[in-house]
Amino acid sequence: MSRLLQWLFGRLPIGWLQLTHSRPRFAAALAGVAFANVLVFVQLGIMNSMATATLKPYEFFQPDIMISASDANSMSEGGNVARQWLFQALADPDVTGGTGLFIATVDWARETDNLALTTYGIDPTLPQFLSPAMARKISSLQLQNAGILDMFSRGLPREEAAAIRPQTPASFEVSGTTLTLYDTFQGGGGFGVDGYMMVSDQTFLTLFPKRSSAAPDHIFLQIARGADPDVVAARLRGAISDKTLRIRSFAQAAAEDQSYQQTERPTGIIFGFGVIIGILVGIVIVYQVLSTDVADHLSEYATFKAMGYPQQFFLGIVFEEALILAILGFVPGFFVASGLLVGMKAATGLPLAMTTTMAVMVFIGTLVACSVSGAIATRRLATADPADLF
Amino acid sequence: MSEDTPIAVTGLNHWFGTGEARKQAIFDVNLQVKRGSLTILMGPSGSGKTTVLTLMGCLRDVQDGSVNLMGHELNGADRAQNEALRRRLGFIFQAHNLHGSLTALQNVLMGVQVHGLPDRQTQHDAARHALSLVGLADRMGYLPANLSGGQKQRVAVARALVGNPDVIFADEPTAALDSESGMTVVKMLKKLGQMRGTTTVMVTHDDRILELADRIVTLEDGRIVRDTAPYHE
Ligand SMILES: Nc1ncnc2c1ncn2[C@@H]1O[C@H](COP(=O)(O)OP(=O)(O)OP(=O)(O)O)[C@@H](O)[C@H]1O
Ligand SMILES: [Mg+2]
Repeated sequence: MSRLLQWLFGRLPIGWLQLTHSRPRFAAALAGVAFANVLVFVQLGIMNSMATATLKPYEFFQPDIMISASDANSMSEGGNVARQWLFQALADPDVTGGTGLFIATVDWARETDNLALTTYGIDPTLPQFLSPAMARKISSLQLQNAGILDMFSRGLPREEAAAIRPQTPASFEVSGTTLTLYDTFQGGGGFGVDGYMMVSDQTFLTLFPKRSSAAPDHIFLQIARGADPDVVAARLRGAISDKTLRIRSFAQAAAEDQSYQQTERPTGIIFGFGVIIGILVGIVIVYQVLSTDVADHLSEYATFKAMGYPQQFFLGIVFEEALILAILGFVPGFFVASGLLVGMKAATGLPLAMTTTMAVMVFIGTLVACSVSGAIATRRLATADPADLF
Repeated sequence: MSEDTPIAVTGLNHWFGTGEARKQAIFDVNLQVKRGSLTILMGPSGSGKTTVLTLMGCLRDVQDGSVNLMGHELNGADRAQNEALRRRLGFIFQAHNLHGSLTALQNVLMGVQVHGLPDRQTQHDAARHALSLVGLADRMGYLPANLSGGQKQRVAVARALVGNPDVIFADEPTAALDSESGMTVVKMLKKLGQMRGTTTVMVTHDDRILELADRIVTLEDGRIVRDTAPYHE
């Protein structure tokens, strides 16, 4: 290591020699940096999984435009939309079709626990509004009181999910109605939900008799090939009489949902803060280590100044130390955090994972944070005065 | 003139402190030091020996008067010039001031690398040679903590010598040593002056060293009160 650094710098790796002179201190410093890395990684992992979970339901559908109530900040929030707006929208020459989407939560009371399933009521004769993977699964929904289930639902044993097939369906009771599950699809639980379920709009209205077919939760529109959904959505905002409605391209709705979760919901803000605190902890630890190290070596630095070493040489030592701490602290931090995320995923069923983007971002962030600490620590160098040596 | 007189001090005054506390420590010091000579600064504690030494060695800014070091005026010199000049000097301090995380060899290498010398091999050869000169060929890989006081001071001497300095400033370099190793160190410096024409200015209280001096300058209360060359002429 020492040789490599010597070759890199073309001088003795003073920073490395100073840092490693006391092994316990060096280990403690690295543990500090690793700890800050773990903090940031875990918070980022949770934020990432929130984003994944937020966008998950958007993967089931593929309309071009979505019409939602004014208070629909996310797909499962907000009031209903009257079906009459669908007919107004269909008057636009570029709108080729539309359908209503119903959403509610169905509780599957099981022996041991209760599964909260976000349930979508769709028109099974209009597969063009569904993702291709979902469209292939819905033929059974034409049957009365039929459903297909998210195979990754939290609390549902994998073998039990795998056993649900058209030939071997499973059933459960929901408020007096027997619902039969004929198939499964790939979903994955989020923060407020254990899993997802698809039923036909007919079945949905049987399960929730208070809901009306005239008022779905969202309206999906399909537009002519080649038309721009953002342009058509803008035109519809002008044409549809109810000006409070949110009429957006489906892609924009997903993006706005995600930014709402991350910047306006308390959970998003808390984890965002967690990242900032992790970064601050890292900066403080590294600053503490570096400034103590500078203070401990003031007379050595004064001696080097007397020998004619210029200011950049001392800045170089401090940055050398900052980079060593950043790189060697990142490695254990990365591995510990990866392990933690795997463990947390197993325990919660949330889509937690170490991603390359996260690793690269945190690594660069660590380098920057350590350099910032180093830059602050160098201010102490000025106190090394060779005139005080005699 | 700077060829034969690497150090020329004229009308040097120096003050410490500001405002009410401002106090003059050096009064009108004039001194010319010949190339290759060993000059000793003497005087009671607080007489200004260290102050004069640090002013001549461009470790302290000259306030009033002139110090000409190897043809360069230090009064008003900028940091870059000071750094460049310092690289042509060798300092030996009362405390060895070795870097505790570096081995003896690495400490001496610091005296080589400041010159940005060519390749690693040449640097190491120079450092090894300097350590052999001070009799430490067998202690190169030792950390300062594992060396005796005398050995540490000899490493510091090797570090000061390895860059082939034109002038060596030493402030009580033998204070931490028993008189025997003290004499060894000073004799070494003296020999070097004769061999390489290195000029040495040394502060010392050690009487035995005086007989090696070409010249003895005595300070009292910031003034030169005696300037002799006792063992010459
Ligand atoms: N940094 C300083 N600030 C204020 N006064 C100082 C400072 N350094 C030295 N002095 C004063 O200047 C005078 C000369 O000090 P100097 O250190 O040069 O003496 P010295 O001859 O080297 O003494 P010693 O033999 O004890 O080392 C003393 O009166 C001292 O108090
Ligand atoms: Mg002194």
